[in-house]
Amino acid sequence: MQRRHVVQYGAAGVGAVALMLGVGWWRVDGPGAPKPAGQRPLPLSAMDFRLTDHEGNEVGPETLIGRPTMVFFGFTYCPDVCPTTLSDISGWLEDLGNEAAQMNVVFITVDPARDTVEAMAEYVGYFHPAIRGWTGPANQIARAAEGFRASYERVPTEGGDYTMNHTASVFLFDAKGELVTMIDYHEPREFAVPKIRRALTEYVEGAT
Amino acid sequence: MKKLPYIKGLSLLLLLSGTSTPVFAGSEDVVVENAWSRASIGVNRPGAAYMTVRNTGEDTVTLTGLTTPLAMMPEIHETKTNAEGVSSMAPAGEITIEPGQSVALKPGGLHAMLMKLQNPMIEGETFPLTLTFSDGGEVTVEVPILGIAARGPES
Ligand SMILES: [Cu+2]
Repeated sequence: MQRRHVVQYGAAGVGAVALMLGVGWWRVDGPGAPKPAGQRPLPLSAMDFRLTDHEGNEVGPETLIGRPTMVFFGFTYCPDVCPTTLSDISGWLEDLGNEAAQMNVVFITVDPARDTVEAMAEYVGYFHPAIRGWTGPANQIARAAEGFRASYERVPTEGGDYTMNHTASVFLFDAKGELVTMIDYHEPREFAVPKIRRALTEYVEGAT
Repeated sequence: MKKLPYIKGLSLLLLLSGTSTPVFAGSEDVVVENAWSRASIGVNRPGAAYMTVRNTGEDTVTLTGLTTPLAMMPEIHETKTNAEGVSSMAPAGEITIEPGQSVALKPGGLHAMLMKLQNPMIEGETFPLTLTFSDGGEVTVEVPILGIAARGPES
């Protein structure tokens, strides 16, 4: 369905992209470039980026290998989607209880200009204690998003501020760093929790 | 919510005489339920509030805007998530509610976006939010402020 539309509107799309080139390089070629639908995140072992967690530790994709992992992109100036997703994740972790204890849960900001280590520390402190907040230089955030095939875009708002459009799916990886599945925004809890259990189960299988 | 007698003949008279006395055509039957919001960290980040707006009357009503002493730029926004899983939000414009229908402002969809906060939103406090309608009527609701990680009015 998606593909057919792309073909049908391909000619118009080429024209639109040509028009945007002058003003919209950042969106088209930059870190905000929309990724084609259906592209799956790389395995964590194939990603390469250096960030800092909310306690000041240097972290990267290799930090996550060895335990099942849940990753979400967002920003702390996000009033709706991000607190909702983080409180959903907190709820899933509560439901899983001890089962989730050996999981990595990471919130990566797409707005490093405002989300300093201190800002991330304060923000994640309001959610489940397992949630880690990662930030870093803009180019490293871009590389992380690239690896996860996540996209983000800075959008100016009235009054001189800006907001960020961003991928709101939650990524689930097994302990070996292979993608297990994604939890889409709005997915009901009765689907989300079993998906997390699957990532945890693959962890157990991988360990034996 | 203010209630004024609704008399059709008088309405025209008032219009012609140029008085500013409001005569509502529908918004007096609007009921706002289950309002809630999340606490903020300071005043630099925008806040969001949620609620159900129910039209219990016989006339269609149109929600045109918001005002509140809490924020200089309150606006109804809508979050949308596309097929690629990318979320974005934008002003929702005017919202029409048919008789007997309701519109839900809820996480991930419509929300009252509270930009340029004048004060931090503190858990346990409340703030007044006024909904303005195309007939000139207003409905003010006292919105409870829940925790930053709150999931809804019941949590
Ligand atoms: Cu908004």
